[in-house]
Amino acid sequence: MPEGTLCNRQPVTTKEQLDALLADKTGKIYYEEMQHLEVDTEKLAETLQATCKSRLRTWLEICAHCGLCADSCFFYLANGKDPTQVPAYKIQSTLGEIVRKNGQVDNAHMRYCMDVAWGKCTCCNRCGTFCPYGIDMGVMFSYLRGLCFSQGFVPWELKIGSGMHRIFRAQMDVTPEDFVETCEWMCEEQQDEWPGLEIPVDKVGADILYTCNAREPKHYPEDIAEAAILFHIAGEDWTVPSEGWDQTSLTMFAGDWEGARLQVEGIYKAIERLKPKRVLGTECGHAHRATVIEGPYWVGREDGRPPVPYLHYTEWVAEALRTGKLKIDPAKRIKEPVTLQDSCNYIRNYGLKEVTREIISYIVEPGYFVEMEPCKEYNFCCGGGGGLNGIGIYRQWRNIGFKVKRDQIKATGAKLVIAPCHNCWDAIRDMEEIYELGIRWSFLKPLLLKMVIIPEHLKPKEEAEEEEE
Amino acid sequence: MYQFITGPLLWLTFIIFFGGLAFRVVWYIRGLDWRLDRVAYRAYPALGLKGALSSIIHWLIPYGSHGWRAKPLYTLVFFIFHAGLVVVPLFLAGHAVLLDERWGISWWPTISMALADTLTIGVMVTAVIILVRRLVLPEVRILTTFYDIFLILVSVAPFVTGFLVVHQVRDYTFWLYAHILSGELLLVLIPFTKLFHVVGFFLSRGQIGMDFGIKRAWKSRKGFAW
Repeated sequence: MPEGTLCNRQPVTTKEQLDALLADKTGKIYYEEMQHLEVDTEKLAETLQATCKSRLRTWLEICAHCGLCADSCFFYLANGKDPTQVPAYKIQSTLGEIVRKNGQVDNAHMRYCMDVAWGKCTCCNRCGTFCPYGIDMGVMFSYLRGLCFSQGFVPWELKIGSGMHRIFRAQMDVTPEDFVETCEWMCEEQQDEWPGLEIPVDKVGADILYTCNAREPKHYPEDIAEAAILFHIAGEDWTVPSEGWDQTSLTMFAGDWEGARLQVEGIYKAIERLKPKRVLGTECGHAHRATVIEGPYWVGREDGRPPVPYLHYTEWVAEALRTGKLKIDPAKRIKEPVTLQDSCNYIRNYGLKEVTREIISYIVEPGYFVEMEPCKEYNFCCGGGGGLNGIGIYRQWRNIGFKVKRDQIKATGAKLVIAPCHNCWDAIRDMEEIYELGIRWSFLKPLLLKMVIIPEHLKPKEEAEEEEE
Repeated sequence: MYQFITGPLLWLTFIIFFGGLAFRVVWYIRGLDWRLDRVAYRAYPALGLKGALSSIIHWLIPYGSHGWRAKPLYTLVFFIFHAGLVVVPLFLAGHAVLLDERWGISWWPTISMALADTLTIGVMVTAVIILVRRLVLPEVRILTTFYDIFLILVSVAPFVTGFLVVHQVRDYTFWLYAHILSGELLLVLIPFTKLFHVVGFFLSRGQIGMDFGIKRAWKSRKGFAW
């Protein structure tokens, strides 16, 4: 059987295909079909010819096999220093083999590549910072994911995720109408407490265009409400787009380069349409990576930047605290040992380490903040990045990988972990479920809402009067 | 024989060595692609240069980078090995004599014999350590191939033979020829093997430095900490 009906080389582009995949619970038939999926070696060789250039080829060739990358990888550490988890071994035995054989590889090799590219690497890029040559195996694994995707060897959930993006321009089946309705619903819900709270949709020329993660309207709509309330308190002129509102990219995790470009184009179109001064994304790491760091290149922007300045949520919070748009009640600052999870995507891969520490200086009582060791650009991945959180077949591997983050958090003695990234947040939640550290974890928004000073004129009428009496 | 291997054969060696490395550099730089690499090389020359230099310099200095500091013993071995490999052939008094005799270059700086001996012993001892480490540590053994071991032997051969020549063991002529030929073999192999890292290191580090300078660490006030 050259290609299966579910597992094949074609990306999902129709609702029917998507429903068929979803109906195959946990991908049973899908993975069965994958066992027999033929490798189109000619196409693979062509893809290599066109996309595997001097940087990647040099990385693969020049690797000194020194093993210095071993200790940089949390999978290696968490698996009792298993040599098959050494990053250089992982990439040489997968992509290295494909390049050396110029694409002449078989089904078993591609399935091995899939297991390693998604189950043994989260593309956190930490190894690259420990290699004397600067060989970034995270970059190579995301490239390998692209090769795997183009050949149909991709985990079931990510085939679905890529299809969601191609059909809905969102990682979940949330339509523009659903999104706008959710915004309206959240606004109404808050009217008692926040009279006059608005979520302006498609306002042209606003100071800030806000984009979010589809999980928020779908599963955590209160996150959108919290964002709105904080903008309301800060007095921001902001808006959300009815289309191009989902900043995430399961397409990036899937290695669906074409789908990733389409997703980012949708957001950039919203920017062109609504002409905001700046864009601000939610507390998500990979969404920022996809839309702000890599996205400009996918759509072919030669300056490598989005059309207008595009901030991560932490950049806005730091700015709002610095300029006094948000004021913190000193009595309500965090007064318990607390630590911070540095997201690989916007700390190691974007440089926001100082901004996040600046936020901490406002919201944590001096003396209570404990850094993880290591931290900042050298921090370990939460254990669930790169799409791993969502992939069923690698769940056990992920849970073993958690041990490194678990021990890091344990060593800080903190009972609260601030995790301004959806993936990190999920990973820490799942880790707590498995390893029961007795910790809590939080995004910034709910923490800020607990301690921000609310201007008098924004308080509900009765409450303000009561206080006057 | 001596005239041939230090005359025409040496010229041929130099042509292959420099020509091969020049080809490597041109091929690498021409193969950089801003869109595929996702680094806007041309858009930010200043950020790129700063990132590249910072990346190269921090990794050229012993313990100058976070990565070197993470492995203090290995770093020591690594730098002793490379210091000898680079300094001895370039600045050995015996080599300078050849430069003077053949091309009339008399101003070439040289190092003392004592230093040359120390560095050479350093190369030989660290080569043994590196070989043993390759075979003993599971995380290195799994990566090691015969090719890796071959390259270490080829790299160290001119030092072992040169050491024997200088210290006038028996069969002087044999060891002298062995030294010259093994040195030429090394130079010829460099462009065609991963020993091309004599230039490749600067290219690869420069590229990742540009990547971080232009794109992945541009928001940080201090840039990447390396």
